Parts: sequence; structure tokens; C-alpha cells
Amino acid sequence: MATQHARAAARLMNAPAVFVLLVWMLIPLCMTVYFSFTDYRPLRGVFDCCVGFQNYERFVSSSSFLSSVATTLIMVGGILAITVIGGVLLALLLDQPIWGQGIVRILVIAPFFVMPTVSALVWKNMFMNPVNGLFAYLWKFFGATPIDWLSELPLFSIIWIVSWQWLPFATLILLTAVQSLSSEQLEASEMDGAGALSRFYYIILPHLGRAITVVILIQTIFLLSIFAEIFVTTNGAFGTRTLTYLVYQRVLESQNIGLGSAGGILAVILANIVAIFLMRIVGKNLDN
Amino acid sequence: MTCTLRALLGATALCAVGSVAAAETLTIATVNNGDMIRMQGYTDDFTEKTGHEVEWVTLEENVLRQRVTTDISTKGGQFDLMTIGMYETPIWGKQGWLVPLDDLSAEYDTGDLLPAMAGGLSVDGTLYAAPFYGESSMVMYRKDLMEAAGMEMPEAPTWDDIKAAAEAMTDKDNEVYGICLRGKAGWGENMAFLTAMSNSFGARWFDEDWNPQFDTEAWKETLTFYLDLMNNYGPPGAANNGFNENLALFQQGKCGMWIDATVAASFVTNPDDSTVADQVGFALAPDTGKGPRGNWLWAWALGIPAGTQKEDAAKQFIEWATSKDYIEMVAEKEGWANVPPGARKSLYENPEYQKVPFADMTLKSIETANPNQPTVDPVPYIGVQFAAIPEFAGFATQVGQEFSAALAGQQSADDALAKAQDLVNEEMEAAGYK
Repeated sequence: MATQHARAAARLMNAPAVFVLLVWMLIPLCMTVYFSFTDYRPLRGVFDCCVGFQNYERFVSSSSFLSSVATTLIMVGGILAITVIGGVLLALLLDQPIWGQGIVRILVIAPFFVMPTVSALVWKNMFMNPVNGLFAYLWKFFGATPIDWLSELPLFSIIWIVSWQWLPFATLILLTAVQSLSSEQLEASEMDGAGALSRFYYIILPHLGRAITVVILIQTIFLLSIFAEIFVTTNGAFGTRTLTYLVYQRVLESQNIGLGSAGGILAVILANIVAIFLMRIVGKNLDN
Repeated sequence: MTCTLRALLGATALCAVGSVAAAETLTIATVNNGDMIRMQGYTDDFTEKTGHEVEWVTLEENVLRQRVTTDISTKGGQFDLMTIGMYETPIWGKQGWLVPLDDLSAEYDTGDLLPAMAGGLSVDGTLYAAPFYGESSMVMYRKDLMEAAGMEMPEAPTWDDIKAAAEAMTDKDNEVYGICLRGKAGWGENMAFLTAMSNSFGARWFDEDWNPQFDTEAWKETLTFYLDLMNNYGPPGAANNGFNENLALFQQGKCGMWIDATVAASFVTNPDDSTVADQVGFALAPDTGKGPRGNWLWAWALGIPAGTQKEDAAKQFIEWATSKDYIEMVAEKEGWANVPPGARKSLYENPEYQKVPFADMTLKSIETANPNQPTVDPVPYIGVQFAAIPEFAGFATQVGQEFSAALAGQQSADDALAKAQDLVNEEMEAAGYK
């Protein structure tokens, strides 16, 4: 049991670290909030402090705003679905005693170490390219017309590329959860005559609940800011412009810092809404 | 402290002050492409000649643009010299953010700069940045395919010639596509090509009152022709192809023609990388007989931010880096094919350089582009494949996305143009042009 004294001392010692972390987070955030209320367009030499909510109004009322929010949500949802379902299946598979298990596990994790830009370039040029890509070759081999993935199915293609990157993460976390399941329970249910499906549904899945929650929460936080994959493959065309990408376009391409900052703050607010929403629904799992 | 020691210390301090005044340390922001990296290797030569030291800040194009823009607009003073393009120079020069380069020495010979380059880097006749190297665009084509089709590429083709050649060379079963052009969205990707192309069709971005012109017949003709050409004779997936993707396709022998940057010539004729190196011919970018040709103009140049303390030293660096002597030094050490091209007339008069296979066509292409009068009808902006106004990069990328979607077959040319017209109009109103 910590005494009052020790607790106070601990707080004192923690203070510098907490302070640094807060400053680290708060300064950029405060500056973004500040810029979002200015008319700041450096290429024009315009800096006009305090223009009220003008930037916010313009950002929200622009025709690209709603579609970019929708694109973001579809993308995040799609990737979550693929990685969670794929992750559960792969985790179950990798849990089986097989020859060369260690190497297989390392191979499965490998995509996680590839940089997003690199993986996007590899997928774009080596797999999805309709002239030189591997898929085009396969399609032609079976006598079909190759699909031009990135312009015919742009959203699906990007979801696929990002899922490929995040699947190892989901698999890894879910695999540890699967391994922590006691085999006695499974054996007992098997003796009672439960089939493989009911064992999965009634025992394994509830046991994985908490791990799945963690995967969904962590991935959502990262996935809301997908950027590199879009930048490399479609440059935001064909309806693949997410909210992050729109902010990038406003700040860097239009050189309108005020408007872009307003967009950035809106993105932060929306991300928080999504996070609270998720915490409410799936976060309950964590309490039990 | 003894008197002697004090005197010594004083003298040392004086010396230090004296040497600071004579020799500066210049901080130079630059872009990470081959010619610039090569220049960094020769920094010692500059230090030897002038006594000034140089600190390099080498950045990727987008990051460079962001950093120097922030620095110059906030008067941050981080850099004494900046590498900027033909897009930024007229905008910044007009705002008085750059030191005018109207007093360079006689031996530097400003008159030797190619007029197109000097024009694109000037405002009202005053030079604001010195070109380090420059480029235009031109047609690169496969001589063997043209011969097999029984055709000959004129030195100055029309768009109809290009279409006929593309049709003759296309052999989709063997994965040979008549023409590869940029389709990837972006102001420096498909819009650079399409804007230059539109000039030759008599189209323009704005009329003299800054009204967007996408509702004109000339733009409709441009986009329809482009889509028709690409859909019939282009490679599949062209809507995702930028410079690099097309370069790869051409080097693999999958393109009959490619209209793109003149710097690409050295890559497609390099036998180490290109399977068609000995079969590449060059021609001027096409036209429709209305005057301008469909080629662009770009330069990477060195400019001095206004208000710098080291103006003289910075000017000395510009005179060193963009001089005839520098070109000769590189040629002597690394061969003529590796000198920075496209900036000086004298380079193209040099018999040694004339032996480089694409030198002649590069010069002719650069000379046919006029950044001060890029279109058939008059325009209020400087720039061939862009309009040098601060808002351009932003809305041109969005227009590029619409055109790219049209190329991918997701919407018609009419829809793309109507959307472009609306969104540019909105941006121009917001920016206060109307």
C-alpha cells in the first residue's frame, strides 16, 4: 500500500514526463486550432487573424467534404472487416501444430514491416497493373480481359492493399488470444458432442472478444489517417479521397493553411466521435 | 591577464570578425534530383574560388516546396538561396519576396540564357531566379514500329499525324500500344500534359478577366481528342499512369509513342535500362496549326529571398552554379551527357554537346514554348502548362481528378468539363479574382 507521501512523491516524479507529453500534444493541436480561425495563405502573402468560423463553413459546405467522410468510413469499415475476419481465421490456422510453424509465423507477420509507400507501389506496379501486373497475367492465362483494378475498383483495391498490411497485426494479437484458451474446455465440449462450428461460435469467439476489441480500436485510430496508399496509387482520384487526403490537398496543394487546419480539426472531432462510438459498443467487452 | 595575452585575444577576435565579414556560410535549399546532387559534389570548387562555405538542405520536391514557401512567406530567413521552379518564381517575384537578379556580372552573360527560360523566370522583364537546368516536352517514338507501318514521323507533327501513327502502331494482342500519355491526377501529372496540349487546340485556362474557360469548344475538343486517343490506342489503366509508369512501359517496348519531358530522352536511349534504346526517334510536340505546340516548359532555378544578409555571397553562388564554367567543369569530369541541360544557348552551340542525340530536339522544343504568351488567345497569366497564380496547384489537381475519372470511363468528357468549370469558378471567386 502506498502512503500519502509516496503517492505525492510519485506524482511529483511523474510530473515532468506528463508535462512534456502534454506540451508535445497540445502545442501542435493549439496551433492548428489557432490557424483554423485565420485566413492564412502563404503563397499569396495573406495572413489575417481571426476570421471566425469562415474556414469551417467553407470546408463543410464544399462539395468534397461529405463524400470524403463517406469514403473514409467505407475504407476503415472495409479494412476492419477483412482484417478481423481474416485475422481470426489465420490465427486458428497458425495455432494448429504444423511443420515449420516458426517460419510460417514469421512470413505471415512480414507485411507489417513493409513501409506503406513501398507496399502500395509494389501492389500497384507488380500486381494490379493491367499491362505488367501478375493479376493481368493470370486473367489473360484463363482467357479473361484483365481488370484495371485501380480505376475500375479503386476503393476495393486500396482497402485490399491496406488490409494486406494490417492483417499480420490482427493475426498476431488474435493468435496470442487463441493460444491462451485452455484446451480442456474445448476437449470437454468435444466430448459433449459439440461440432467444430459450435465450438468456434460458443467458446473460441467469446474468448477472442477482448482481443478483437483491441484490434478494432487500435486499427481504427491508425486507419482514419490512411494517406500513403492513396497518394501513391490514385492521387485521390476516382472517389478515393479520404478526409485526411482532402486536408492534405487544402494545406499543401492549395496552400490554404487556414482552410486545411479547419479540416484537420474537423477530422480530429470526427475521429473522436468514431472512437467514443466504438468504445460504447465494443469497449464494453473490455470492462468484463 | 597579461597585456600580451589581452592583445593576442583582441587580435584573434578582430581576425574572427574580419573573416566572418569576408567568408559567409550559405544555407541552400534544393531538390533531390540528379543534377542538383551532382552540384553538391562540386561545392569545394565554389569554396575554393570565393571562400564561402555552403550548407545544403536537400529535400524531396513536395517537401522542398512546402519548406521554402513557409520560410519565405513568414520571412523566416532559414535559407540564403532557394531552389524554386518556374511556377513559384513569377508569383514570388511579383510579391517582392525575391531579390531581382538584374546586376549579375558581365562575364556571367545573362544574354546567353535561353529566352524561354529567362521569360518564365521573370516578371515584367526582370529576372528573379537563374535557371540551373530546364526542360520541355517532346514526342519520343519507336522508329522500327513506324518503319514497319510504312510511315514516317515528321519533325513537327500535327495531332492528326500522331493519331494516324498511333493507330498504325497499335497491336494490342502483342501488348504494343500506339501512344502512352499521362493520366494520373495531379497538377504536375496529367494537368501539365493536358494544359500544354490544350494550348495547341486554342484553349486556355482563363480569359483576360479570369473567367474559367472549360465551357469552351476548344477545351471540349482537347479533352475529347485526348480521351479518344487514349481509349483506342493507349495502354489499359492509363488513368493511373504518371511519368514513371509511362517511362517503364516505353522502356519495355510497349509504347509506340510517348509525349513527355525532354529529360526522359536520356533514360529511354540508355541501353542499360531500355530495351528499345537504339530505336527511339524524337519529334516536336504536336500542334493543330493554330500557333502554339503542345509542349511545356519547366526550369529548376536558384533564387535569393529578399531581406537576406548574405545577398552578395548568394549572388556569387548563383553566378558559379549557373555559369558556362560550371557546365564545362561537369562536362570535363563526367561527360557532356551529364551536364545540366536547357538553360544556356552556348551549350547548344557547343559541337561536343550537339553529338548528344536528343540535344537538338530539346532545344527546339524549349524554343517553341513561350511562357508569356502560351495560348492562341491572350491570357492574364505566365506559364505554359500552368497559370502562375498561387491557387493554381490546388484547383488544377482537382480538375486533374475529374479528367482522370473521365479517362477511367467513370464520367463523360462533358461531365468532367462542367465539374471543372464549376470548381475553378468557385475557387477563383473565393480567392477574390472576381
